[in-house]
Amino acid sequence: MDSRESTTSRTDDAGVEIPYQRFRPKRYQPRMSIFWWIHKKVYLRFIIRELTSVFVAIYAVILIVKLNALLRGPESWEVMTAALATPFSIVLHVIILLFVVYHSITWFLLAPTATVVRLGRKRIPDSAIIAVNFLMWLVLSVAVGWIILAV
Amino acid sequence: MESVTLQVLRYLPEEKSEPFYQDYDVPFQKKWVILDALNYIKDHVDGTLTYRWSCRMGVCGSCGMMVNDQPVLTCETFLETYLPGPIRIAPLSYFAVIRDLVVNTDDFLGKVKRAKPWLITDELKPVTEGEYRQTPDELKEYKQYSMCINCMLCYSACPIVGLDPEFVGPAAVALAQRYNYDSRDDGHGQRNKILMDDDGIYSCTLVGECSVVCPKAVDPAGAIQRYKVTGAVEWWKSVVMPWKSDK
Ligand code: SF4
Ligand code: FES
Repeated sequence: MDSRESTTSRTDDAGVEIPYQRFRPKRYQPRMSIFWWIHKKVYLRFIIRELTSVFVAIYAVILIVKLNALLRGPESWEVMTAALATPFSIVLHVIILLFVVYHSITWFLLAPTATVVRLGRKRIPDSAIIAVNFLMWLVLSVAVGWIILAV
Repeated sequence: MESVTLQVLRYLPEEKSEPFYQDYDVPFQKKWVILDALNYIKDHVDGTLTYRWSCRMGVCGSCGMMVNDQPVLTCETFLETYLPGPIRIAPLSYFAVIRDLVVNTDDFLGKVKRAKPWLITDELKPVTEGEYRQTPDELKEYKQYSMCINCMLCYSACPIVGLDPEFVGPAAVALAQRYNYDSRDDGHGQRNKILMDDDGIYSCTLVGECSVVCPKAVDPAGAIQRYKVTGAVEWWKSVVMPWKSDK
């Protein structure tokens, strides 16, 4: 008889002897809780970053609605602007703005992981890629602002 | 002598169906890494504690564990960092546990294999034509990705790996890029087919923790994002110039 089989006698919590399983003891497969993102700060920040895209989407819908109103003529536009001037709408827009700003900043900071640009033999440093993104953001924002204010 | 408490997650399939924490007090020594403390336990306190290690110098990639919920190589993580303790030690997250701190690596190795991390050449040059030469710049293209030691820390840092067990994972993509960016390789078409498919690169949502925990600065998150850019370019190419797209 194989000595390995007989010598091992272990007991479980209740004191009952369990035979040694020679071949393949059961593996333990941990399960992930649905609150996995709460326990670590980095995960929480990731989830917030992902959630901001919901607000980006909401604003995109608002923009489409606005364009639609514009196409339908002056009356629809009046209704639209009146709806936009309500306190609810203003609060909503402020919230959206905050989330969209957070969204843009976090994604610009991540841009270098996806972009490897070379100038001749040298790789452009991450900070430069981030800076270019922010600069473009600023320039475009100023341009759009200028167009709106000039009209 | 000062001592530290290690709370080690144990799994003894013959005795209990669930893992449980067991406390061990070990003497504190400034020069000790976590692995030294585990070896102390194994030698002097409890010989049944089971874990993997080999090189003790951050090269073999076998001593990875969760220390205070962060995946690290225990042979290069000092006890001192975690004073006054207690220090929680658990097997690498998301992997099936065989015993105590030992996890099953089959799944990981299968994923790495899916990425075909070897040189694939369309045509072998006859020996008389000499070796395949490479300039230092060409080497630099992929060198970072070749530093991977298959330690699996990046998998334990990635919640997507936990949520979607089929996701090919960070190191596999980094290793695919290791060969995709190699000037001697012609295999990117084969790899793209696998990695741009379901459970490939697009499962990644860029949590970015894989690159944070990687002990070899491989930056697997970067490897995946660059692959996504390649994927997008390939897709546009196949739409605009269907006759030119990869086989
Ligand atoms: S990419 Fe880094 S963390 Fe992942 S297996 Fe390789 S060396 Fe380990
Ligand atoms: S023992 Fe080899 S990497 Fe830690």
